[in-house]
Amino acid sequence: MAKLLALTIIVIAIASAVPVVMHTWEAPADVSTHGHLIDEQMSETMIEAGVSFLAAQIILAIFIWKFSSFHTDGKTRTFPGGAKGLVIAALVLVGAEVLALGAFGVKAWATVYFIPPSADALPIQVQAGQFAFYFRYPGPDRKFGALHPELINEANQNFFGLDPEHDPDARDDIVTAEMAIPVNQEIHLLMHAKDVSHSFYVPALRIHQDFVPGLDLSVHFTATKIGKYEIVCSQLCGLGHYSMRAYLSVMSREDFNDWLKKEAALQ
Amino acid sequence: MATTIQEPPKAEARRIPTRNSGNGGWRNPVPADGNLLEVEEYSPPPSSSAIWVGIAAITMSFAAFTSALIVRQGSSTDWRHITLPSVLYLSTLVLLVSSVTLEIARRRVATFMGGLKSQVASPGRWLYITLSLGLLFVAGQYMAWLQLRSKGLYLATNPNSSFFYVFTAVHALHVMGGLGGLVRVISKLSRSVLRRSTLDATSYYWHFMGALWLYLFLLLRMKL
Amino acid sequence: MDATSAAHAAQHHAPPTSFIRKHVFSLDHKVIGKQYYALALVAVLTGMVLSWLMRIHLGWNNAAIPGLQFLSANGAPAGKMTPEYYLELMTMHATIMVFFVLTTAPFAAFGNYFLPIQVGAEDMPFPHFNMMSFWTTFVAFCVLISVFFVGDGPPLSGWTAYAPLSAIGKVAGPGQGTGQVLWATAIGIFCIGQLLGALNFISTVLDMRTKGMTLARLPVTAWAWFITSCMGLTAFAVLMPACVLLILDHVAGTSFFVASGLVINDQLLPHSGGSTLLWQHLFWFFGHPEVYIAIVPGMGIITHVLITNMRRPMLSMKAILYSLWALAFLSYMVYGHHMFVSGMNPFSSLAFSFPTLMITIPSTILVLIWIGSLYGSKLRINSASLFALGFVSMFVSGGVSGFFLAQPSIDIMLHATYFVVGHFHMVMGVAAMFGIFSGTYFWFPKMTGRMMNETLGKVHFWLSFVGTYCIFMPFHYLGWAANVRRFASFTDDFLKPLIPLHQFITVAALFTGAVQLIFIYNLIHSRFKGAPAPDNPWEGTSLEWSMPSPPPWNNFGGKDPVVYHDPYQYGVKTSTGADYVMQNSPEQIATGGD
Repeated sequence: MAKLLALTIIVIAIASAVPVVMHTWEAPADVSTHGHLIDEQMSETMIEAGVSFLAAQIILAIFIWKFSSFHTDGKTRTFPGGAKGLVIAALVLVGAEVLALGAFGVKAWATVYFIPPSADALPIQVQAGQFAFYFRYPGPDRKFGALHPELINEANQNFFGLDPEHDPDARDDIVTAEMAIPVNQEIHLLMHAKDVSHSFYVPALRIHQDFVPGLDLSVHFTATKIGKYEIVCSQLCGLGHYSMRAYLSVMSREDFNDWLKKEAALQ
Repeated sequence: MATTIQEPPKAEARRIPTRNSGNGGWRNPVPADGNLLEVEEYSPPPSSSAIWVGIAAITMSFAAFTSALIVRQGSSTDWRHITLPSVLYLSTLVLLVSSVTLEIARRRVATFMGGLKSQVASPGRWLYITLSLGLLFVAGQYMAWLQLRSKGLYLATNPNSSFFYVFTAVHALHVMGGLGGLVRVISKLSRSVLRRSTLDATSYYWHFMGALWLYLFLLLRMKL
Repeated sequence: MDATSAAHAAQHHAPPTSFIRKHVFSLDHKVIGKQYYALALVAVLTGMVLSWLMRIHLGWNNAAIPGLQFLSANGAPAGKMTPEYYLELMTMHATIMVFFVLTTAPFAAFGNYFLPIQVGAEDMPFPHFNMMSFWTTFVAFCVLISVFFVGDGPPLSGWTAYAPLSAIGKVAGPGQGTGQVLWATAIGIFCIGQLLGALNFISTVLDMRTKGMTLARLPVTAWAWFITSCMGLTAFAVLMPACVLLILDHVAGTSFFVASGLVINDQLLPHSGGSTLLWQHLFWFFGHPEVYIAIVPGMGIITHVLITNMRRPMLSMKAILYSLWALAFLSYMVYGHHMFVSGMNPFSSLAFSFPTLMITIPSTILVLIWIGSLYGSKLRINSASLFALGFVSMFVSGGVSGFFLAQPSIDIMLHATYFVVGHFHMVMGVAAMFGIFSGTYFWFPKMTGRMMNETLGKVHFWLSFVGTYCIFMPFHYLGWAANVRRFASFTDDFLKPLIPLHQFITVAALFTGAVQLIFIYNLIHSRFKGAPAPDNPWEGTSLEWSMPSPPPWNNFGGKDPVVYHDPYQYGVKTSTGADYVMQNSPEQIATGGD
């Protein structure tokens, strides 16, 4: 039975590794400028985790196979080096490995969070509320009008609670239900939560950030490939959480300007 | 801890036996070479370490509430200073005095239980005084609440008032637990089945309530 | 002992006579341990059925589940689950499993039964607190289950109950009114029960050890329960204030967790100034130690089981103990890894990621010692040891996914996906379950005086081992493909191709769940018809094997056992020819007497 267990462990370990090696299920292709750092980090980690996983399972299996026949008169033997070697291996090898992963991973994280957006980033505001995303472009005055939560009225499509009558900055704001951006243009995304916690997750863009009610945060990114991508909410926000999504279209600059003009006309 | 009680002169303290086990307890460790001849037959009762475990847990709870206060204060602009009700100064004094009276009580009870019954007229008197002061403290807390209410400050009025009520209520609840402990001690004393460990544990808890209140009082004074 | 003290002792320890005192409100730690086990059994069956309902809905979204409408007419009209009901079942599944199974069975059930015995005590130092701790936990369970039948159902905010969703009341969604308040109340009551239990455990280890039982001679299970109690004491003491503040936000109109200017259904909420992230900090300060509370007892149990079945001690007990302490200590410093993209300061995210990566080291030391100790051993294969070995395999599998999640940059992709769900189910859910199974097969003979059926035990192991891998390994693939979690349906374009994999998982889950019925049958059948068990069926050395099976009400028959050896004297030459020396045996051994 021990030998069967050993074989089973090895089969499971290898079978688990197969889809990973064959890339059967993986993230959508990266279309951002910073994503390659994350993907490199992921591959690095995959190799180290994969090797550790396979080695541990296979050695476990081998030891179960070899040391499970019970001889009443045999003496037990000790692993060469005893515990000392193993503890040192864990401390040094694993310690070095995780420190390296941590140190190298700082760059990817810093690129997303510690570098501020450049001065010519296009500001777009996104508001998350049960159960939809709405977007706001500042219009030709490049200023966003103030938000007045008490004025929010879904029936009148005043999703953001703007007050164009009294607030000149709000008059030319463009509010849309889908997000469009020019390709190769840095976007400064201002995030506002209307009611509860939500999250902005675009796998292809390698962007993932929670909305925090009461705290207006921002992220920035640049898309490098024209196409249509899904923005999904990944922070449980209520019964419609699974259906809370919006489309992000990355367009050429001309197409984007046309789109923006069309949306402005619909306000 | 055990040595703060004044040893009763000459009379041998009557040992009330504890459970059958516990001879390897942490204050009576068996030497590593297993020489059992060096182990005393009597080890301290478990309630002496247990009370500290309980105090640690309560400390963690109040640490959590404190961090909630600090984060909440930092997260918004609606912090409105409230003046602490004046009765709190009095009730603080009452609680601190009750610790003194409890210590007096402990010495008298120890002398009494140690066999020198003739030297102590009514061993429970100072326990009753402590109990009364404790009840007075809780009454003082209630009066503080009434004083706040008269200023229009209720639980949800603003974050300062919320924290005031939460901190004082949770502390008062624990104090009432301490009052229950004192009642238990008085009851056991009257039936002559009071153990030193029970009295000690109840006293440490009561003193902790005083120290905790002092900390809370200063915290509320500084932050609210 | 003089006459008075003997009489006093006798009065304290008179055996219970009435049915109520013997089986219901018992002061005996062994009965309390069995009561906890029974509670955990009811809880795990409930949690498992909930998971079946969830998995069926995910695999076959539009299917009607016959009979579900009787559990909730609103939640599943004509048997078709609504999205809100899916989230409610999910919340209850997680809450029941984490609190009433993983914290209860390995720690409260086995710990209550065996800790006093393993230290050589007659009972815990505070039997009344102990009894209260069980009944408080029981009341908490009842309050929790009541949410199915009260108001508009269970809360849907997950076991993590993030504010403001969990704090603003009914407007947030179905179940968020009464359901959420009852949930928070149940958890608060649970915290009190656990604090009382932790108090007893810590005092037992510190003060109730018998003659000769130094700390160095404690079995690893006793250490594991002690370390877990220390974590529980500090972690549950933080969760309770969090629940209190959450309830106040609901019923008293305070704004601890709810910010200003929030609007739902075009209505401005009355709260102002609260901090969304405050809930997350308080919750995860508890939440991360909680997952170690769930796994450390299991680590102790399988270490104990493996040593007995390998007929040799671990390569280094010191390494194991230091690693367990390191896990406990580090567990408080890593909790922010649940909050990398939460809006917390990005520097804090980096700060939390380093201890998270470091925690790999003690985990690795444990795994290497377990595997390394197999070398040159005389491994016996039985149900208990099979599950112990399965634990090691599962802990490795679940643990390596931690390499990914510990790094904030990778967490950008994997946060809130099925990768996380796969990670914690393997490393905490399945591993801890295997620890519970291992402990059950190992200690059932002692607790009941009967042996469990070995064949059924092995069948249970094989099907569960393969089955759980089939369920949870694919979760990682789903996560890499960016499958977001807590979705009631997969309607996004990039998720639809993953549905077949979900269906595979559902079939595996239903199958593996059904397999657990073999275990239940084995438990019940063996309890009444199992072969009579000897005192020491596994030839173990610790004190539980020195007493009859089952033990008498006062454990050691009114006498204090005396301990001469450390707990793992295996592979030694003895006068009787046995390869082991029990802890309470006066026999001196030539090599390594202590």
